Amino acid sequence: MKAEQNEQALLKGLANNDSKAIETIYKDNFNMVQAFVLNNNGSYDDARDIFQEAMIALYEKAQSESFVLTCQIKTYVYSICRRLWLKKLQQMGRFSNQVDNLDETIAVEDDLEIHEKRNAEFAIMDRAMKSLGEPCKSLLEAYYVKKMGMQELAEEFGYTNADNAKNQKYKCLMRLKKLFFSQYNIGE
Amino acid sequence: MDDIQLLAAIESYLAGEMNPQEQAFFEALRKKTPEIDQMVVEHNMFLHQMDSYVAYQNIKHTLHQVHQDLVETGNLYEGGEVSTKVQVVQLWNRYKRVAAIAASVGGVIALFISGLMAFFSPVSGNQLQQLSKDIEIIKRNQQVQGSLINEVKTKIPTGVKMVSGGSGFLIDPKGFIITNAHVLKGTSAIVVDSKGREFNASIVHIDNQKDLAILKINDADFKPSKKLPYGIGKRNADLGDEIFTLGYPRNDIVYGVGYLSAKTGFNGDSLSYQIQISANPGNSGGPVLNNNGEVIGVLSTRQAQADGVAFAVKSKNIHDFVEEAKKTDTALENIKIPVRANMKGIERKQQINRVADCVFNVKAFSQK
Repeated sequence: MKAEQNEQALLKGLANNDSKAIETIYKDNFNMVQAFVLNNNGSYDDARDIFQEAMIALYEKAQSESFVLTCQIKTYVYSICRRLWLKKLQQMGRFSNQVDNLDETIAVEDDLEIHEKRNAEFAIMDRAMKSLGEPCKSLLEAYYVKKMGMQELAEEFGYTNADNAKNQKYKCLMRLKKLFFSQYNIGE
Repeated sequence: MDDIQLLAAIESYLAGEMNPQEQAFFEALRKKTPEIDQMVVEHNMFLHQMDSYVAYQNIKHTLHQVHQDLVETGNLYEGGEVSTKVQVVQLWNRYKRVAAIAASVGGVIALFISGLMAFFSPVSGNQLQQLSKDIEIIKRNQQVQGSLINEVKTKIPTGVKMVSGGSGFLIDPKGFIITNAHVLKGTSAIVVDSKGREFNASIVHIDNQKDLAILKINDADFKPSKKLPYGIGKRNADLGDEIFTLGYPRNDIVYGVGYLSAKTGFNGDSLSYQIQISANPGNSGGPVLNNNGEVIGVLSTRQAQADGVAFAVKSKNIHDFVEEAKKTDTALENIKIPVRANMKGIERKQQINRVADCVFNVKAFSQK
C-alpha cells in the first residue's frame, strides 16, 4: 500500500515536471533499461534516448486527470522501452529474434500509438518553429515558453513599447500558424 | 477587420480576458460568420498544441538535466573513464551507511572497553605510590596485635584517630628517628621497636619537599644505646650496589634485598636513587643499607605501574636535612649523625640483627 502511494506521488511529481521525482524514477529504472539496450546491440546513447522517450510517454500519461497506473512504474517503463527498442532495431534491420530478458511486460501498444502521434505533432511544431527565423522564433519562445510579459518582451527585444511588441508577436504567431497548419494538414 | 486585430480578439476571447459586452458581441460575430468561428476553433487547437509543445520541451530539458546530474554524481555510468572525483563520490555514496555503522560499532566497543578498563584496573591517580600504610591496614593490625599480646598495654592514647604509618630508623642513639614526611600525616606518633615495645614520640622537624622528618622519642622506657651499628653515608652509592632494607609493611619487621638500579629517581629526580627491591606500603621511611652496613638512603616511594621499582631518598640528604633542622631548632643541636659503619665484613644475619634494633614501626595519629 505504501509503495503504491509512493509511486503515485512520484507520478504526480513527474506530471508537474518536478526534478526531484524525476531523479528518483531515473535512479530506480535507468540501469535496468541501459542493461537491456546494451545487451541487445545498443549503445549508451541509444539507452539514454530510449529511456527518455519512455519517460516522456509516462509523463503524457500521468498528465491526464483520469490516469491510474495499473502496474508498477518499473514494469511500465520497461515495457515501453522494450517496444521502442525492438522497433528501432527493426527499422535498422538489425532485428534478431532472440531478444533476451523475459521480464514481465504489459501491453503498451495503444499508449505508444498515442505517444507517436504526439511526437509527430511536436516534430511538426519543431520544424515550424525552426523555419520561422529570427526574431520571430525567440519572440514566440519568450512569450510562450518563458511566459514573459509584453513589457519585458519590448525591453528584451528593443521594441519602443508593449503595443509594438504585441503587434509583432501576432504577426509572428500568424506566420507560425501558417507554417504549422500547412504541415499538419498534410500529415492528416 | 484587420487580421492581427482579429487574432488579438480571438486570443483574448479564448483566454477569457474580454468583458461581458465584448464577449457577447464577439460571440454574435462568431455565429454570424462561419470563417471567424473556424478561426477560433483552429486557434484554440493551435494554442493547445503550443502548450503541449512547451511542456514537452520543458520535460525534455528536465530529463536531460537529471541525466547529466546523475552521470556527474556517478549514479549512472555511460562508458569511458570514470574520473577519480566521481569514483570517490560513488564510493562514498555506496558505503556511507556501512561507514556510519562501522564507526558507531567502533565507538560503542571503545566505550565498552574503556569502561571495563576503568572498572577492573586498580584505581591509582598517581604513578608513584607512597609506601606508608593506610589507616585500614593499621586498624586491622592493631586488632591482631591486641588479641595476640593482650597483656601489653598500648601507648596509643584512647580517642585518637590513626592516620598513617611506616618505618623509621635511628640517626642518633639518643632517640632521634628519621622517617618520610608522608608517613607522618598526623600530629604525633608512637614508635614500636622490633620487639614490640612502644614508645611515645614527637615530630620535631618535617619537610614535605624533601619528604623527610625527624621524630624524637620522649619516653622514660627508652634506653638509649651507646652507638649505632650503621653509619649514614655521605657519598653517592654506585650502580649495582647490593642493598637491603628493613621495614614494617606489617607489624613484624621484614627484610628485603635488592640492588641499586639507577642514580636518579622518578623522572630523573637527582635527590633519590632508583632501587630494585620488593617494597610494600609500610616500608616507607625504612633504611636502605649496602653490604658494609652503611645507610645509603631512605626508602620512600615505588612506581605504581612497574614491578619492584622503588625509590629511596639519598642519604646525603639526611645530613643536609639535619643541618637545616639544627638551624631552626636549638634542641636539635646535639644530634650527631654517625658516618662510619662498624658492620663491615660481618655476616648478613648479624647485620640484620643489629640494625633491627634501630628500626622502628612508626604509627602516626591525630587527636579526634
